Amino acid sequence: MSGTFMGMPAFPDAAREAVRDPVLRANLRHATHTIRDKRARAVAELADWERLRAAGKAVKDHALRHLDRHLVQLEEAVTAAGGTVHWAADADEANRIVTGLVLATGHREVVKVKSMATQEIGLNEALEAAGIAAYETDLAELIVQLGHDRPSHILVPAIHRNRAEIRDVFTAEMGRWGRPAPEGLGDDPRELAEAARLHLREKFLRAKVGISGANFMVAETGTMVVFESEGNGRMCLTLPETLISVVGIEKVVPTFRDLEIFLQTLPRSSTAERMNPYTTMWTGLGPSRGADGDGPSAFHLVLLDNGRTDTLADEVGRQALRCIRCSACLNVCPVYERAGGHAYGSVYPGPIGAVLSPQLRGTGSAIDASLPYASTLCGACYEVCPVAIDIPEILVHLRERVAQGGPVTLGGVRVRIRPARGHTAERAAMRAARLLLDRPGALRAGERLLARARRLRPRRLPGPGRAWTDGRELPQLPAESFRTWWARERGERA
Amino acid sequence: MSSRDRILGRIRRAVADGGPDPAVPRDYLRVHGVRTPAETADLLAAHLAEYRARVHRADGDGIAPLLARLLAERGARTVLVPSGLPPRWLAATAVTRVEDRPGANPYELDAVDSVVTGCALAIAETGTIVLDGGPGQGRRRITLIPDHHVCVVRVPEQVVDSVPQALPLLDPRRPLTWISGPSATSDIELDRVEGVHGPRTLEVILLSGPAE
Repeated sequence: MSGTFMGMPAFPDAAREAVRDPVLRANLRHATHTIRDKRARAVAELADWERLRAAGKAVKDHALRHLDRHLVQLEEAVTAAGGTVHWAADADEANRIVTGLVLATGHREVVKVKSMATQEIGLNEALEAAGIAAYETDLAELIVQLGHDRPSHILVPAIHRNRAEIRDVFTAEMGRWGRPAPEGLGDDPRELAEAARLHLREKFLRAKVGISGANFMVAETGTMVVFESEGNGRMCLTLPETLISVVGIEKVVPTFRDLEIFLQTLPRSSTAERMNPYTTMWTGLGPSRGADGDGPSAFHLVLLDNGRTDTLADEVGRQALRCIRCSACLNVCPVYERAGGHAYGSVYPGPIGAVLSPQLRGTGSAIDASLPYASTLCGACYEVCPVAIDIPEILVHLRERVAQGGPVTLGGVRVRIRPARGHTAERAAMRAARLLLDRPGALRAGERLLARARRLRPRRLPGPGRAWTDGRELPQLPAESFRTWWARERGERA
Repeated sequence: MSSRDRILGRIRRAVADGGPDPAVPRDYLRVHGVRTPAETADLLAAHLAEYRARVHRADGDGIAPLLARLLAERGARTVLVPSGLPPRWLAATAVTRVEDRPGANPYELDAVDSVVTGCALAIAETGTIVLDGGPGQGRRRITLIPDHHVCVVRVPEQVVDSVPQALPLLDPRRPLTWISGPSATSDIELDRVEGVHGPRTLEVILLSGPAE
């Protein structure tokens, strides 16, 4: 029922539409600025923030460096605690596994906790095709699902909607999926939250199958961790008889103690709280193996690759796998604030999406080849990242890959890709620059010529260079080149 | 080849170049400040209140009348009682007790007005209560479905300062629920609103005096 990201236009085209929408821009500006200031205050409370950040980075790097060992250890621990572990190499396989597990229960309805991994693989569409109704229970996901919309933010998928729009969606759509919105529903956030509570309660109470992701998986103990705020997570994780968790393989951390870092950095970075209202940790079926009626009697963990091992194979790009999905980088990004999440053509929008999507999916499509350019490289994203992902570094690395081609890993196979289309002029310019810079005489002659012709500088470049000057002024040419100036000032010593 | 072998093989090839493998620097703080036990309890109370939990204090003699008053003010007719809850706590109220049974279905729990539990520990710096299903805490769902949760924290013995102090005291094999204020959402315009699916009212009693 929700839209998909298939066949998305390249980022500049999608963004051009988005920046013309004044309501969208106002909604995004209001929301991102609200959270930005609060987050800064929450982070400033911890004098050791930078040390926590360094520790979080190191934990994730260590976990990834020995990912094979940690996953096998996790599998053993989950199995020992009564759970079942499945491995899915790609989205199709994960969808097949989950659909099969749901069908085997005999039920045709599932409740879902917000999960980026299940969005990434298009699980809801796969379930729908198999005749299974999947109900999103996170408030923002509910708004997106009821509005036949697409998510535009990692933490708050309906960030592009304001309260009045949400009221209209609830009033128009809730009745078709269950309990209708109350008569005369207003647009106060409290009233809207109450409407969601009433609408979803009947679904929680009768649910037999729950589907979730996880924020962390602990290798040594087999413990799964879900951070949330509303209580919909607790409902989905504890009330159904069968629980299926679909989790990317990069979510593993080695030890239970490692959580002491992320329990401090994730809530503050994400919702700007000292701690989010609810965090659930569970290990398989628990000490009684599900016999005490506390939680599900069957637990399945589906470990998802879907491009993650390809990303891991890239020395520069692999740091993106440290991401804990806090979304702080979206909230500070000047490009995201203006273009909105939809323009990124992926469930992962914003700066982290611009480095994650082209790695998980490859740079073959127009949207994925354009994402590394969806940034001003200002570096605000790197500064706020609680696991110190150098997003600008990866962006530049991916731009090089798009413009020049080169070695990448696709589906576990090392291949050499060709340059993407549309970068011919850029490559020609770079080749010409190299030719010139290798020949000092030619460079000197060229510089003199340009300096003399500086009055003739056009405002816009002709031909293939035009795209470049569409959004920029051509710089002023100086009266003399640096080399001439240097020779004049310090010439005798040269 | 199974997908398990395929994925593990891809990982081994992907990290064959070595890659960063730093020792984890654990030089972050164990606790953010030096406090007396009383100051730690005050900080817990302040942080719980900031997230709209209602905080009360009682000693051994005061807890029964306090609980009776809180249930009466709420207008509760029924209260869920997990096994292992000290009976003395509810000695002063006439509200109908509902024992939690493993077979009780969610609809029965939905009909109960309030629930009273203890906890495993509380964390002052973050304003967090952790439940682990131990005596007096019950199954996870009993503190989820009723709209009114009263949680008793023994002060000072159940209160720690910080998250790093809390983890070594918890057993990850047990189901753990970390609660910081009543349920909330920031999903509408990134503005925080209290009260969605979990209990919309969380009351915390800081209980001092000897344990029974």
